[in-house]
Amino acid sequence: MMSERRPESEIGEPDGAAGTPSRRSFLWKIWLGLGGLALLEYVWLAADFLRPRRGGAAEDAESIIVAGPVERFDLGSVTAFPAGKFYLARLGNGGFLALSRECTHLGCTVPWIGDEARFVCPCHSSAYDIRGDVLDPPAPRPLDSYAVRIENGIVKVDVSRPLKRRSFEYAQVVLP
Amino acid sequence: MSVSESGQADGRGGLARRFWRSVFRGPVYPRDDRERKWIVVNNLILHFRPLRLPARTLKYTHTFGLGGMSLVLFLLLAATGILLMFVYEPSPERAYYSILALENEVFFGKLVRNIHHWSANFLIAVVFLHLLRVYFTGGYHAPRQFNWLIGLALLLCVLVSNFTGYLLPWDQLSYWAITICTGMIGYVPLIGDWLQGVIRGGPEIGSATLINFYTFHTTVVPVLLIVLMAWHFWRVRKAHGVVIPRAPGEQLEGKPESVLALPNLLMREFAVALALVAFVMAFSVFVNAPLDEAANPGMSPNPAKAPWYFVGFQELLFHFHGLFAVVVIPLLVAATLVLLPYLRYDGPAEGVWFASRKGRRLGAAAAAIALVVTPLWVVLDEYWIDYAAWLSSLPPEVREGALPFVVLLAALVGVYMVIKRRFEASRGEAIQAAFILLVVAFAILTVTGVWFRGAGMALAWPWNL
Repeated sequence: MMSERRPESEIGEPDGAAGTPSRRSFLWKIWLGLGGLALLEYVWLAADFLRPRRGGAAEDAESIIVAGPVERFDLGSVTAFPAGKFYLARLGNGGFLALSRECTHLGCTVPWIGDEARFVCPCHSSAYDIRGDVLDPPAPRPLDSYAVRIENGIVKVDVSRPLKRRSFEYAQVVLP
Repeated sequence: MSVSESGQADGRGGLARRFWRSVFRGPVYPRDDRERKWIVVNNLILHFRPLRLPARTLKYTHTFGLGGMSLVLFLLLAATGILLMFVYEPSPERAYYSILALENEVFFGKLVRNIHHWSANFLIAVVFLHLLRVYFTGGYHAPRQFNWLIGLALLLCVLVSNFTGYLLPWDQLSYWAITICTGMIGYVPLIGDWLQGVIRGGPEIGSATLINFYTFHTTVVPVLLIVLMAWHFWRVRKAHGVVIPRAPGEQLEGKPESVLALPNLLMREFAVALALVAFVMAFSVFVNAPLDEAANPGMSPNPAKAPWYFVGFQELLFHFHGLFAVVVIPLLVAATLVLLPYLRYDGPAEGVWFASRKGRRLGAAAAAIALVVTPLWVVLDEYWIDYAAWLSSLPPEVREGALPFVVLLAALVGVYMVIKRRFEASRGEAIQAAFILLVVAFAILTVTGVWFRGAGMALAWPWNL
């Protein structure tokens, strides 16, 4: 629509009077520009309507989950917190790690298989160890983690923002 | 072309007759060709169709009526879709239960949903076959080049429409299929996370996703489809109907013998439409649309698969790093499809199935290569190839992405060159052979994903799924 150039020349050329063609083509370009501008405004408006809405009802819900006292979690155990959509893992050294339950491959929910001590994704059988590190592909990176805080012997997890990791490091573990 | 008596009749007769004459200003039941022409030219909808068309294009096996079948399926979808909108509630809490209510409480609700579901699935298959028909009869050469592009836009709309509709029942099947497919978008470099957020309406699939999908499914895409379809049909008319069929080597001389669209074309199309509607109805009576348990974000089913028309891409994800399976390969395929009508071809090829006798033989050979190589590659990749162990020093994007991609691309170029040089094929024949190879490979990947992938998406026999 915008790129159609014929009307411009049709309006501009046949009228032999000096000055008129250029004014006409100038006005035509103005109209064309205004039309384009209106279209852009609509696209901008649509983009704004489509923008992810943050701070909705679900987001306002508790972003700090109180997991419980430190001694409730055995060494080498994994506890699911469905409300926060994460697993609280306690490693052999007593440190805590809060892992997202979303597979990093395509976002399926990974269950913890206690007997094999690994997370196994039902969708494409990616596997992770208790630290969230990849044991089997196609998962491209370890499970995302959440910030863990221990206050007065109570474990708390901030689920407002998942942290993407390239690999597991001991700095990610929170010791009581 | 006007019918003179209609003008005089306007003022005569009773109120009912005068009203009838105001609506139908010409003949309604045509008695001769003159009246038939009048109807085609003056009817808003028929005016999109050609008045006359070459007699040879009427042969059913030339087009298989696939374009018309697409329109019929669209009309079925619109009619049933509007009914479904009266019952369906687009919210995560209510969506699944409104489908249950539709199936159990609404008169013929289940049948209407079945017709909608199966029409949508048939539509994907029919438009894809239509694309193949147009390609293999050379219907994309001038003056039909741009109509090929409109057709591609229509194909995209049909895919988006199906995909957005897939989420709406909000059962385990749809929830996890959309999770996987929108998860694939995360592999798009730089803008992946942003794009995923826009499509999902937030970081995860929820109420905003459902509203977005519902709006696209019930408003944006149908409107685009109607506009693009009108344009598509209009361009067919301006090209004087579809491409004229020829036997290999046959030259068309002079003006082809032409016949009137009404009744020759329109009555044939009507017959195909009736047969198709009857088939969809019967199918929907006997086969129910799937409906799983209500969506449970905490439990992924095993296996979790994309909708069948995207399973081919999901299958690619087992053989390529996401960057290549989701971004590079689909973009290359799309670019190739867009460029196809604008490449330089030597010699006229339109109207001949598979371009020529040599084109047919080379096409069959290409299909045979794909039939052997693709399953072999799938099986080798599952049980033997282990990039991570062999090439642990390379980053995954290279060892699982660029490397296998370059190998396959080189193989494809090799096949193309052999066909071109060794068999002295024209460019059109060689490109067609490569096209057939890719289409067959994609079909095999889809079949593998749908029928040969079981728990954990491991390879399995269909009877063990």
